[in-house]
Amino acid sequence: MYNWDFFTVMQSFDLFLIGVWTTFLYTVGSIVLGVIIGLAACFARLSRFAALRILSRSYQELFRCTPLLVQILWAYYALPMLLGVSISNTTAGLLTLSLYVGSFYSEIFRGGINAIDKGQREAAAAVGMSGVQSMTHIILPQAIKKMLPAFINQSVIQVKNTSLLYAISVAELTYMTSVVNSETYRPLEAYTLAAVMYFVMLFPLTQIADHFERRMRRSD
Amino acid sequence: MTEPVIAVRGLTKSFGSLEVLKGIDLDLMPGEVLGVIGPSGSGKSTLIRCLNMMEIPTSGRFTFRGQEVTSRFRGKGARIGTGELRREVGMVFQHFNLFPHLSVLDNITKGPRLVRGQSRAEAEALALDLLAQVGLADKARAYPSHLSGGQKQRVAIARALAMKPVVLLLDEVTSALDPELVGEVLAVIRRLAEGGMTMVLVTHEMGFAADIASRVLFMEQGRIAEQGSADDILRNPRSDRLRGFLSRFHG
Ligand SMILES: Nc1ncnc2c1ncn2[C@@H]1O[C@H](COP(=O)(O)OP(=O)(O)O)[C@@H](O)[C@H]1O
Ligand SMILES: [Mg+2]
Repeated sequence: MYNWDFFTVMQSFDLFLIGVWTTFLYTVGSIVLGVIIGLAACFARLSRFAALRILSRSYQELFRCTPLLVQILWAYYALPMLLGVSISNTTAGLLTLSLYVGSFYSEIFRGGINAIDKGQREAAAAVGMSGVQSMTHIILPQAIKKMLPAFINQSVIQVKNTSLLYAISVAELTYMTSVVNSETYRPLEAYTLAAVMYFVMLFPLTQIADHFERRMRRSD
Repeated sequence: MTEPVIAVRGLTKSFGSLEVLKGIDLDLMPGEVLGVIGPSGSGKSTLIRCLNMMEIPTSGRFTFRGQEVTSRFRGKGARIGTGELRREVGMVFQHFNLFPHLSVLDNITKGPRLVRGQSRAEAEALALDLLAQVGLADKARAYPSHLSGGQKQRVAIARALAMKPVVLLLDEVTSALDPELVGEVLAVIRRLAEGGMTMVLVTHEMGFAADIASRVLFMEQGRIAEQGSADDILRNPRSDRLRGFLSRFHG
């Protein structure tokens, strides 16, 4: 029988903590940037200017239809060759994760906005509200409620996607686990512990998403 | 001579290749209650929606109190924009279109506060007054989903009135209601008419139109086929087509 020995890997607990913290930072950073990018892409797609619509659509399809790992490797190894400047793994990682999640967010946002009955926009216009007033006071407050479950689900996936930064040696949880493994030669314990840590971070989030989804179904 | 509130000349509206309004001339005078009747698809909704630029006319002249209206939100030079127009020309919809995320009170005060720049206190005082007028003083804190259809439509009327409009446009505002709830909404409209409110009223309630309309238009295939006093149009129809149309409503 396998002789479990968590004591050895626990001695490297500080390395795990660095990993968790880095994973947290990349997740939050890329979600914040991703929301900004996603909003911009969403409104570009809803714009009356065809050029903006096409630009936004191209961005979305490019990032949604290529694997994230390829994007990360491309940004770190290929893009610097094209630009002739070096790009740190931090920059390449954060940028790629943000653009990637932004492409999904933008479609979630657009779906939420389009799900609002057009009578709402008309009623807002009928009292003289401008497009921006109608969007911020009438459409978005309703759309945000509708898009929240999908938004949280995508953000859960984003936490997991930070593990791909392993490939460019960003010190997130998966990479730090591999460091622990190479120091202790205890892969079973190290990777089990990493999985538990991811689970503890994500399980509450999925519960929140479920909660919002249930509440939305009730209020419909 | 008094000036029309809204004057329309040669107004047309097409959706793609479908010409829905084919040259409408219309003067709406202050205090007038204009009833609009006609078969489904004849362009009644499109016409009334052109009067607050919810639909932008394809061609023709459209003036509000003598000022031309542009299709842009903000006016330019002597022409007023759709935003300014819609402050003065209120609209009530068939399906109410209340804002479900806002209380009844906020539904009514949103426009005056955002668009007219009223303070919360000022807007709420007016809103409560209007709610009392439509018989819903006790519903100020309720949310639309807790109201009956008739109550929703009365809130929608109060919301439109809170902008202190010069004209009120009503497009089949009782058509989505259960029959027993129609009366309470018509009563509110009747009181507005008695108070001198200028209104355009698209309706299938012929008896009601006969009672309160000072003038009735009969629309057919994108044109005003006949018009005159409520008596002339509804009680003594001349054309066979109008007679045929009306007979369907008198059963
Ligand atoms: N947004 C639109 N796009 C295309 N066709 C429309 C639109 N709105 C109305 N129509 C068409 O215009 C015609 C007149 O419609 P409408 O003004 O709603 O008539 P009514 O209110 O008298 O029933 C109908 O044939 C309808 O299908
Ligand atoms: Mg209609």
